[in-house]
Amino acid sequence: MSTPPPPAEPRTPTPPAGAAVDRLAVVAAGGQVPAEIHERVRQTPAVLEIDHFNLWYGTKQALHSITMPIPHGKVTALVGPSGCGKSTLLRSVNRLNDLVPSVRISGEMRLNGDPIYDQRMDVIELRKRMGMVFQRPNPFPMSIYENVVYALRIDGESRRAVLDEVCERSLRGAALWDEVKDRLGESALGLSGGQQQRLCIARAIAAEPEVLLLDEPCSALDPIATGKVEDLIQELRGLYSVLIVTHNMQQASRSSDYTAFMYLGRLIEYGPTTDIFTKPVLRETEAYVTGRFG
Amino acid sequence: MSSETFRRRRRSTHAALAAHGEAWVWLTGGCLALALVMIIGLLGYIVSEGVATFWPRPLELVELADGRRLLGEETGRDKAPDGSGRRLIRTANFELTGKHFEWFADGEVKATTRPAEATVVERLEGGRFHGFPSRLLHGGEVIAAGSEEAWRAFGEHHPFVRRRWRQAWRIDKDDRGVLQRKLRSARLAVVRAELAGGPESPARAAAVEAEKGVAAAVEAEERALDGRTAELRAGNEGWGLEFTTAAGETVLLPLAEIVRAWQPNRLSFRERLGVYVSRWGEFLGDDPREANSAGGVFPAIWGTIAMTLIMALLVAPFGVLAALYLREYASRGPLTAAVRIAINNLAGVPSIVYGAFGLGFFCYVLGGSIDEILFRPALVADGQPTFGTGGLLWASLTLALLTLPVVIVATEEALSAVPNSMREGSYACGASKWQTIRRIVLPRALPGIMTGLILAMARGAGEVAPLMLVGVKKLALDLPIDGTFPFVHPEREFMHLAYLIYDVGFQSPNSQAAKPMVFTITFLLVAIIALLNVAAIWIRGRLRRRYVSQQF
Repeated sequence: MSTPPPPAEPRTPTPPAGAAVDRLAVVAAGGQVPAEIHERVRQTPAVLEIDHFNLWYGTKQALHSITMPIPHGKVTALVGPSGCGKSTLLRSVNRLNDLVPSVRISGEMRLNGDPIYDQRMDVIELRKRMGMVFQRPNPFPMSIYENVVYALRIDGESRRAVLDEVCERSLRGAALWDEVKDRLGESALGLSGGQQQRLCIARAIAAEPEVLLLDEPCSALDPIATGKVEDLIQELRGLYSVLIVTHNMQQASRSSDYTAFMYLGRLIEYGPTTDIFTKPVLRETEAYVTGRFG
Repeated sequence: MSSETFRRRRRSTHAALAAHGEAWVWLTGGCLALALVMIIGLLGYIVSEGVATFWPRPLELVELADGRRLLGEETGRDKAPDGSGRRLIRTANFELTGKHFEWFADGEVKATTRPAEATVVERLEGGRFHGFPSRLLHGGEVIAAGSEEAWRAFGEHHPFVRRRWRQAWRIDKDDRGVLQRKLRSARLAVVRAELAGGPESPARAAAVEAEKGVAAAVEAEERALDGRTAELRAGNEGWGLEFTTAAGETVLLPLAEIVRAWQPNRLSFRERLGVYVSRWGEFLGDDPREANSAGGVFPAIWGTIAMTLIMALLVAPFGVLAALYLREYASRGPLTAAVRIAINNLAGVPSIVYGAFGLGFFCYVLGGSIDEILFRPALVADGQPTFGTGGLLWASLTLALLTLPVVIVATEEALSAVPNSMREGSYACGASKWQTIRRIVLPRALPGIMTGLILAMARGAGEVAPLMLVGVKKLALDLPIDGTFPFVHPEREFMHLAYLIYDVGFQSPNSQAAKPMVFTITFLLVAIIALLNVAAIWIRGRLRRRYVSQQF
């Protein structure tokens, strides 16, 4: 995908910091507001740096100059009302948006220092360094075993011992091993929805990803399955760097270390989860996380 | 709005009808019922007629008002133009009467009876014979005399005569064929040597020597075979069953000429069933006799199945790969849309056009080139093309072309039904496009692709017009797949059931006798197609259970 120079950004009045202006109203009017990024976010080393990232679908701009570091080994949640660009941002990280013909981007992203959108970056290799889990469980039409080791299979790995070991480790990591260890050869499509989603997580962590991208992983699950997946995210904390998109405020507050609030393609506020939920800097953020708006 | 005003509001009758929906249920259900009645009616007619063909019917001795007597099966009945009833009777005995069937007005018939000794004889040639057995003869001697005795003796001796006849027939068909092929390949070796090194080359001289050797060996073997067949035929010589016809004439039928005989009026149900099964066995397992209107259709069954399967093997990879490119790789644009429309239009091209194309391109151009390059000696030696004429391969290719649109369209549908989330999941794992297609998309689309293949096979197996041009023949007893090396003979012409329907039904000299055969062949073809479909549907069901989730 080529990245032509973006259209000139509209000159919009930037409200003075601290002024009692409704930032959301400014954004809704097409204006630009500075993101409120807490100092503590920058104190942790970043696994992924997003740097003035813009994205257009055709002529419609979906992401506006997003700049945010994703801390290493932590769970970072992206929250915001529907259509605010959370999923688009997530799909930009592993360049899944490349598959959409009308997408153009500008700005940069770096995975452990490697520029993601560099011409020399091999997309296939890039995606192998990340794992992704989607809204709806999407197990492949093959056995449970083959689902888990899919990433290794396409890499040409065929040693049974290696595959067996990865399969068991990943399924244990996804808290699914005890439920499926006796039927690894059966079709993955016979699992329940919650099991399928945990299988997808096992598949995503099989290749030891540097970042794990979770796109509303519980939105298609019932409450019990949701609870299990949330517990799992808790367990992944510290082992993997996780970037999770969620609609559910409780989920964000329970299972993440950092939370970013986005609105209409802009990053509004970004900080440690406890701060965002208990004493956010901006009253717009407070309004959203307490459910008074959005 | 209060409930008062709600109640008073008027609704149009249209709206009421649409809201209830009853009318549409009746309309849609009615259409389905009509379609079912037509389909079941057609299939039921074919099945009932086709199944009844081989059931032994009673033989009636008809006495006419003018004093004539004849023995025949009543095969039909209708109203003459003047309103009186008339019946069609299979009189057989063509050599005596010059007719196989005859119409009689009800007024002409004085009386009908069903004598127990009335006998039906199926012969190798000349159609059926109806008469009363009178004597069994062997070399001029009377073995048994009298109706009962002769019939009993016939049942005793006929199987042996028949077995000897079959042995001689096998020798003529198979063993002599092998010798002919040996002779031909030796002759072709000479031509090949001559083409390679010229008429004076030592290689040719050697080949000529070798041919002489082969010819001598073949002649010796021929003589041995001649001896054996002569012995077998001598064993059958002189065996004859003498009949008296209803009109009183005496006819002697050689036993070797009799395929089978039965006395329908005295058969018990089980014996009737025996005759029925034996006639079906001959139909399914033997070669045709009497211009295909009697005997079996085994070569046609074989040809139909072989052609349909080869066609499926050819069309599946072509169609699937083409659809893959169209759906997964080609960019969406006016050109792709035009190609798609063109493919859909191909399905509407008359099939005879495909036949003409197959003859012109596959047989003459492709086959002609293959003959020039690989089979030049055969072309020079006896001026006969090998691949340069119709054959199994060209017929299968032509039908593969004909059914290609069906497979492409069905495959495209199946591919577009694969959820995008699966593709994305695969890409997110770091799979390339081809890996995603091969490991995720194709397995998931396989049941849908099978549906296309089922439709293609049903369409291809029932096609006649293009086949007449590219290799199907009225009679081709050499099977396209048999036990002689190299086992599959893609260049051979073959027989096909659908063409046989046309041939027996409309080209037969004895069309009345052929009519029930047409129904039976049709029934058989429908049954074979149904069988192929059931097999494919079973495979599809297994694939679907494996690859397509029932959840969500």
